[in-house]
Amino acid sequence: MSADLSSALLVAVLALPVLGALAVALLPAARDRQARVLATVIAALTLVVAVPLRWGTAESGWFGDGPPVAGPWALLDLPWVPALDLRFQLGVDSISYPLVVLTSLLTLLCCGYTIWRVPPGGPGRLLSALLLVIEFGILGTFLAFDLVLFFVFFEVVLLPMYAVIAVWGGTHYGPDSAEREPQRAAARKFALYTLFGSVLLLVGVLVLVTAAGTSSMIGFPRLDRGTQVFAFTLLLVAFAVKSPLWPLHTWLPDAHTQAPTVGSVILAGVLLKMGTYGLVRVGLGAAPQGAEVLSGALGVLAVAAILIGSLVCLAQTELKRLIAYSSVGHMGFVLLGIATMTATGIQAALLGNIAHGVITGLLFFLAGAVKDRAHTGSLDELGGLRENAPRLAGLLGFAAIASLGLPGLAGFWGEAFAVVASVQRGGGLWTTLGALAAFGGALTAAYLLRLLRRVTHGPASPAVSLLVPSWSVAGALSAAVTASQPGSGAGSDSGAEKPAVAGLPERLVPGWPTAAELLAWSPLVILALLLGVWPALVLSGTDAPINDLLEMVRP
Amino acid sequence: MALLPAYVAAAFAVIVLLTDLFAGPRAVVVATAGGAVLTAVAAVLVGAGPDRRSFCAGDACSYLATDRSALVAVLFALLALAVLALSAPMLHAGAVPAGEYCFLLACSMTGGVVLGAAGDLITLIVALETLTLPLYLLVGLRRVASPRAVFTGVGAPRYPEPPPEDGDVRLHAEQDVAAEQVRMERTGAESAVTFFVVSVVATSVTLLGAALLYAATGALHLTALAGVLDQGGAAGNLAPLIGAGCALLVGGLAFKVAAVPFHAWAPATYDGAPLPVAAYLSTASKLGGVVALLAVVHDVLPAGETSGVLAVLAVLTMTVGNVVALRQTRTVRLLAWSSVAQAGYILAPLGASAFTSSPRDPLVAATLAYAAFFVLLELAAFAAVVALRPVAADGGELADYRGVARRAPWVGGMLAFALIGLAGLPPALAGLFAKVTVVRALVDGGASWLALIVALNAVIGLAYYVRVVALLYGPPTRDGSAGTGWTHVPWPVGTVLVAATVLAVVLGFAPEPLLRLTAL
Repeated sequence: MSADLSSALLVAVLALPVLGALAVALLPAARDRQARVLATVIAALTLVVAVPLRWGTAESGWFGDGPPVAGPWALLDLPWVPALDLRFQLGVDSISYPLVVLTSLLTLLCCGYTIWRVPPGGPGRLLSALLLVIEFGILGTFLAFDLVLFFVFFEVVLLPMYAVIAVWGGTHYGPDSAEREPQRAAARKFALYTLFGSVLLLVGVLVLVTAAGTSSMIGFPRLDRGTQVFAFTLLLVAFAVKSPLWPLHTWLPDAHTQAPTVGSVILAGVLLKMGTYGLVRVGLGAAPQGAEVLSGALGVLAVAAILIGSLVCLAQTELKRLIAYSSVGHMGFVLLGIATMTATGIQAALLGNIAHGVITGLLFFLAGAVKDRAHTGSLDELGGLRENAPRLAGLLGFAAIASLGLPGLAGFWGEAFAVVASVQRGGGLWTTLGALAAFGGALTAAYLLRLLRRVTHGPASPAVSLLVPSWSVAGALSAAVTASQPGSGAGSDSGAEKPAVAGLPERLVPGWPTAAELLAWSPLVILALLLGVWPALVLSGTDAPINDLLEMVRP
Repeated sequence: MALLPAYVAAAFAVIVLLTDLFAGPRAVVVATAGGAVLTAVAAVLVGAGPDRRSFCAGDACSYLATDRSALVAVLFALLALAVLALSAPMLHAGAVPAGEYCFLLACSMTGGVVLGAAGDLITLIVALETLTLPLYLLVGLRRVASPRAVFTGVGAPRYPEPPPEDGDVRLHAEQDVAAEQVRMERTGAESAVTFFVVSVVATSVTLLGAALLYAATGALHLTALAGVLDQGGAAGNLAPLIGAGCALLVGGLAFKVAAVPFHAWAPATYDGAPLPVAAYLSTASKLGGVVALLAVVHDVLPAGETSGVLAVLAVLTMTVGNVVALRQTRTVRLLAWSSVAQAGYILAPLGASAFTSSPRDPLVAATLAYAAFFVLLELAAFAAVVALRPVAADGGELADYRGVARRAPWVGGMLAFALIGLAGLPPALAGLFAKVTVVRALVDGGASWLALIVALNAVIGLAYYVRVVALLYGPPTRDGSAGTGWTHVPWPVGTVLVAATVLAVVLGFAPEPLLRLTAL
């Protein structure tokens, strides 16, 4: 592929979502459904444009004076604000490519899901537009090869995600459906924590840029040790908030619990990855020695996150909150992999990133589906899902088992090899950390199996017994189905979203996944399987850039 | 020739006063607007030519027409024009006397035009006073249309005309206008007195500082003073005098930018003033303070003398401003406290110059750039508030704005955009680049700790900006927030709002021209 074409692809990957978001938001309210379809089409086009980036080639001559941090396949380099050393420099390489594709895929699934179901709170077309803006920000973060541009894109995501949580979030049924405060508080917490992280990122990035005299991550010069340690400390805190790393994770459970299903999927699936990706790309790439100095601290915190996340999960009684806390544990494995600063560890982290995005995205979709049907997320009120909604229960079981790291499914590689890398690194500290992380893996299995036991097994609880297990009654219930699926817009939420009253037939809810849901979930199910048996899908080609990174650490 | 913009501005102030005698309010407004436009044109013409100097005594000159002075003059002229446009509905409704209002505005603009070119301390202080003196009157200037006005015989009572179609607003206007007018009149007078007293004290402090410096060095011209101070000051026993003079001078000027601990006047004054005057106070008046501080700190004082003080001032200002803004419930007070905090960001690069041996020019450029971004966004915010409020009303409570952006998507959206810009976040990239500029200058200047404080303050700032934005998009109240007459936006206000927003958007994507301009 020619350099011009790959540059054009890079521009298109970013231009499509942002222009599409504008178009979608400007469509009149009467065309709400068409707007959501348009958003889905645009998300699909973005995916179509993003996939061929794999075969892009950069023209020769982009290498700076120093050794390349990583050789991007495709590169675009335009001046934007010379006075701030800000260049519009985009590229993609084997580290960022899987994340780019995952982002486009999840956004497509979420936009598609939004055609079928708009959470109450606001017009669906605005939700779709915001999803596209978030995609724009995340893709920009993954594609940016300029430190300041990276920061700018990092910030782009903040307010749209805030709006998604604050406007479309919340439970909308049960006693607090009128009270709109919990999701606003959660959204505010998310915004403030994230901004706290990103302002530290700003200072860290500018420390690097002013010390290096360049903002390009390609051929980034080697800075003196003190600057690197200072900058990496700032970056570590910044990315630790985003990832999130214990003890800066407290925004995450609230945000996840309150966010609408699509918000949770995007948040867990790719937004968190901005932190771990940033740590590898910017942290290791620009301040490798700083990373080396602080790797011990990062490792200890990561293992603490694994253990604490898992222990908290064992005590959770709310479905989405449990999955949210499980993210803390899983991201702990990813961060442990990065902290080991070995090729194995970083590959494990990259794979763990993708696997967590796929599996937790699926888990949040399923949790949303369960909550939409049973109108409760409490583990005490759920139970016996297997009886009344066998397919849903089966998928939940699959996702949970993938999440606990069963070999052969996507979750296995990242977590197992993070432990392996930690032990390989050797020394008392790292061996202990590896052992503790392995114990954390066992705890992960414990709480996910507990989740399955509580939700899918046992006798059907009153909330679950409203679910209808069979296809046969579909005709009789079609009225209830359409009422509970406000495809016609946000206005129809009032009737169907009220708490279910036991005994009334029109309150019964179909227990099987609809075609739209299956369509949204199946790519994730397939990916979870595929990555489990073929991890090279993510890892192929990552050797060279990772070795480049590590050479900067230990020349 | 160098003085052309100042002459134009002053001449038009007189013309406005005369027009008021012979013609109606409309002609007065047109004359003032014409004056502002011509002043801007004259400033551009002078700025495009070579640097000129005037009123020279030897090498030192009192009036220096440089590129920077032209920029400052253009900014003041445009700000005066914008504020005039924001005042148009108020003048039209007769809520304030047009002739006096326009005259005072034109006078104030004249002060601003001269300020940028001032070459000695006396010219600087006189220009600054010409800028602020009319504001004492403008803050309290409100033709009272309450029943009390009949007894006191002030003016012809005329009710502000509510927008014709909007029943809510008319109802509100008829029911509450009397009590509201009395309240506004009183707060207006109180604000004016507060502002006057504080400002007079500040001016005398500034003058005392200038006097001490003159006593110690025998120089008044900025260049001459800088020369003396650079050579290690005067004789050793006068050093404390110089130190005290510098501190007093900077402290006095800090009043004008409402820096903590010299900020207490700002919220009360902003809230009591008519909205367009509050807009002028928080943009033009603050810009005047910044320009004066820059002239003194950058051109005169050696780095070590005041910067430590300025750094402390900056940290205090941004922190106190942000923390207190968290608790505000009135719109203008929130904007006032936020603009106190923003003054802290503006001062931060100046403060950093104490800790760096590198050239101070990038720090000064960052100060100017941030001030320009801030003035633009603040103007947009105030324009949106004016557009959302009934004619001649004050800013009201924050609760009045609940759900506004849902019913007036464009105006509400622009207010949200301006607030997000002040918070320094995308999609308002202008604000983001302002933040990046300041933090970068600080890091560059070796004051990373100050950069961290600025950055952390941005987080506190977001807490209240996002609260207001969320309120704008929140579910509307049942009673329909009667105080907000958004249905009808007069065209001058709309023009200013749209122009400021468009400029902010354009500068967000292409901040380079502004950054270059301020790097002069």
